[in-house]
Order: sequence, then structure tokens, then C-alpha cells
Amino acid sequence: MAWVNAIIQGVLTGGLYALFACGLSLMFGVMKVVNLAHGDLAVVAGYVAIGVITVTRIPVLWSFLIVVPVMALLGYVLQRTIIQSALDRSVLTTLIVTFGLSVVIENGLLQFFTANSRAIGTDLALVRDSFKVGSQIQIGYLLVVIFAVAVVVLLGLQYFLSASKYGRLIRAVADDREAAQLAGADYRHVFGIAAALAFGTVALAGISYGMYSQLQPTTGTDTILLFAFAAVVIGGLGSLWGTLLGGVVLGVAQQIGAQINISDEVLAGYIVFLAVLVLRPQGLTSRRTQS
Amino acid sequence: MTVPGDTERAENGTPLLEVRDLTVHHGQLRALEGISLRVFPGEVYAIIGANGAGKSTLLRTIAGLHRPTTGTVLFDGRDVTRLRPERRATQGIVMVPEGRRLFGSLSVEENLKVGATYARPGPWTIERVYELFGWMRERSNQKTAQLSGGEQQSVAIGRALVANPRVLLLDELSLGLAPVVVQRIYGMLSQILATGLTVLLVEQDVSQALRVASRVQCLLEGRTTLEGEPGDLTPERVEAAYFGLGETAAGGGDAGGGNGGQPVPSAGHRSPVPGGGQAMGQSSGGGSEQLWPG
Repeated sequence: MAWVNAIIQGVLTGGLYALFACGLSLMFGVMKVVNLAHGDLAVVAGYVAIGVITVTRIPVLWSFLIVVPVMALLGYVLQRTIIQSALDRSVLTTLIVTFGLSVVIENGLLQFFTANSRAIGTDLALVRDSFKVGSQIQIGYLLVVIFAVAVVVLLGLQYFLSASKYGRLIRAVADDREAAQLAGADYRHVFGIAAALAFGTVALAGISYGMYSQLQPTTGTDTILLFAFAAVVIGGLGSLWGTLLGGVVLGVAQQIGAQINISDEVLAGYIVFLAVLVLRPQGLTSRRTQS
Repeated sequence: MTVPGDTERAENGTPLLEVRDLTVHHGQLRALEGISLRVFPGEVYAIIGANGAGKSTLLRTIAGLHRPTTGTVLFDGRDVTRLRPERRATQGIVMVPEGRRLFGSLSVEENLKVGATYARPGPWTIERVYELFGWMRERSNQKTAQLSGGEQQSVAIGRALVANPRVLLLDELSLGLAPVVVQRIYGMLSQILATGLTVLLVEQDVSQALRVASRVQCLLEGRTTLEGEPGDLTPERVEAAYFGLGETAAGGGDAGGGNGGQPVPSAGHRSPVPGGGQAMGQSSGGGSEQLWPG
């Protein structure tokens, strides 16, 4: 029964990892940008949510309605300014620029919020409570909700990419930037919209992580970015549903590792990550495009 | 630089598209030097020349994909030299790029929809493209990778038409296609041209280009070697301009003068042609290509 529990917990955690990963995958798939500040931006979203809740005293869950659009807007602005100007030089430059962004964000957070860890909505029933299945399996409501949110986000992204005007343009620009320009599309604007989507999902992920666990200024690089990377690589680069599969595989591997020895949790996840890199470098889903 | 024979055409009004003394570099290499042309409304203007003559560079510069070193591009009397390609497209300069460049992960219909996203108002709709290319409607949900080369070229033309161009730039429609398919594509093109569309096209296949063109310019190694109306040009002059041969060498070649079956160097050769010599080559598609129709 303990093993079944581990697998169920692992699958549900995979939903959270998919939320981390889908924005990273989208930005790579569309503009070939590996955003090394991805995890830090999730943490920023979490801290902003904490700030908004403290100052305005709105209910915790309402903070999503404010922080997600604000982060999406920030995504558009960052893409149109520093990320685009790095892209204009070379794709490699974006690595350096987003790494720099990551360092700046992390130190900024340390400066303003200290190294203390913070959590979001610890007094909420949604966050604290769980239900029992049988005698040994205990499932937190929060993880179930986060998993459901991840599925809804992926469905929404898929629908947007396949059926909307801008979704079509995003795929067209990802296929052939120059041909899209010849059709009258400003690819910089389209990139900005893709970045806004990615930053919106990363905001969701950051606040969710703050409710599920705790946020520190360094959480972005030492946990979120690495798990997002692992999920993307396991699932397959550029594949949207691959991020959910990758997240689930990573989550299950971690929980099984923890079941063997509690200190092996993170290690087990990375062993699976390495195994996939060696045996199936294109990822478990081999399709190249999002839809 | 003055363009010969231009004075009588100028009476038709102002040119829709004008290129003045254009020089373009690829890095250190000079791809175009001092090119000028004027395309009047309703005209079909053909740029011919061998591979590497700079034809595609000229078209891409007009579309905004290359920045010229010097010279200007005027559209409808306005200077568009510094305008981005997407702004030129929305103003009516629409290009069918070399190699078709369809969006591979999109279906046929989605490709057309992208073309129509920023369309100017005008007669062309996706529906009308489906009417023009009969097969396209029932295969509209297929990915473009599943189409043949000729079908892909048709989709690329359709994608440009639905933007309702004021001037349509066609870059090497015949490239990589079987001769029979090229014939069919140019047959379709005649139908499209009958609507009075202004076209600037680039073509290695000189016979196809001369069939549809009302005016022609020949490039050789980035320079203009010939300009005029197809009716006024003799095959010898065209061939001399195409390969950079002297008058005597062209006369000696006697290509297309009477026998019509005279094979000429394939368009695939890119070596600069020395003074009077003539490099013979085979086209990669199999069989030698014919410069002049029999």
C-alpha cells in the first residue's frame, strides 16, 4: 500500500512540475530561448502574491487574478526588450542574459525579503486538509487541485495554439520566422505573446509552489528550474503534453526514491532524467510541435 | 542610372514599384550593383539570369529581408527602403519566397489563414483560392509536408494572394519542380495575371518568364545586362545577356535561331562566365534545360 501511495503522490506532484515546465517548453519551442530565469520568475510571482495579500488583505486565492496577468505583462515587456535584443545577437546570448536576470532576481529577493522561507495560505483548508482512501493512502486536496489546474492550463494552451489567430501565428513563427514576416506578421509581437503565456503559467506555478511548500529566494534555481528542465527533457523538448508526462515520471521517480530511502528522493528523479537523456534524448514523446 | 526604353512607358503614370540604383552586399560580397527598375500598375516584370546573378537578392531586398548598402526602394511613390518586411507586406508588397517556405506544422488551410491574417481589403479570399485550385479544398486539413512540390507551390501562391497584394513578388516558381508541373503552375499564373495584378517575378526558366512577362530585365553577376520588352528582344541578345557573352560568341552559338532544340547551359551552373567561353552543364533535375522555347 505504501508503494501505491508513493505512486499516487508522485503522479499528483507531476501536475505541479508540468506547471513549472510548460512555460519553459513554450519559450524554447517558439523562440529557441532557454530561459534560465524561469524558476526565479516563479519565485518572484510567489513573493508578489505574498506582498499583494499582505497589503490589500484580499483572500489568498484572489491573488492569482492579480499576479498572473501582471506576470504575463512582465513577460511581454521582458521579451520585447532584453530577451529580444539578446536574440537579435544570437541564441546563445539569450543564455547569458537570462542567467544574468536570474542572478539579479535572486539577489534582489535576498535583499528585500531576506533568506527566510515563506509560505502562502497556510491557514487555508484547501492547503491543510486531505482525504483518506482506504487506511494508508492520504491525499492532500491542494495537490489534486494543482494537478487539475495543470491539466486545464495545458488544455487551454493547446486550444489557444490550435484554434486562435495568435496561436496560429505563434506556430507559424516557430516554423518559419521569415515567411511569417512576409505574411505581414511582426514576429517580435508574436514572441511577446508567447512569452506572456509562458510567464502567466510560471506565475501560477510559483504561487502554487508557495502553497504546496515554501519559497526562498534560491528556490527558483535550486528546485523549480531544475525540476522544470528535467520534466521538459523527459517529456520531450517543445511538446506541451510531454511536460505533463515528464512531470509525472519525475514525480513518481522521486516518490519511489523517497520510499526506498527518504534522502534519495531528489536523486531518484535525476537518475531517471539522466537515463532518459542517454537512452531517449528526444524525450518520451517524440513529436516536435506543440499541437 | 537610366533605364533604356522607359520614357514611353512613363506616360502610363507613376510606377507602383521603383528601385533606384540599388547596391546590396552579403558581408564582403557585392551581390547587386546599381540596379534600377520601374514596375507600372498591371505590368508583369520578369527578372531573369543564371544562378548567383543576384535575382533572389533583389527580390528579397524589395520585400525587406535584406538591407541595401545604397539605393532606394519606392512603393507607390513612398520610400520604403527602411521599412520592415511585415510593414511592407501589410502595405501590399507580398512575396512568394524561393523554396515555397510553407509553415510545415500547419495545415493547408491554416497556411492560407496566416496569409489572410493581415490582409488588405480586396478580391482574394481563401474561398477564391479554393476555386482557383480545385484540389485544395478537400485536402485543406492536410499538413503541407504531405503535398507534392507543385501543390506546395500552389499553396504558397494562395497564401500570398489572400493578402491581396498590390504587387506580387514571385521568387523562382519553377525551382525544384518537374517541367510538366512548371507548365501547370505558369498556366495558373496566367489566370491570376488576367485579374490585372502587378507582378515582379524572378525566374531561371527564361522561356516561362518571357511567356508571361510584359517587360524583362536580365542580371549577370549583380549587374543589369539587358532591359526591354520581350517582343523587342532577339534570342541571341537574351542569351548573350544571360551568359555574358560577346556579340560574336552569341552569333556563333546560334541558340534557338532555327533548330530550337539547341541545349544551353543549365541554370545550375554558377561559375562566372569568362569573356567568350561558354560553360556547358547539365541541370540537376535530369536532362538539359532549354533557354529559349522551340
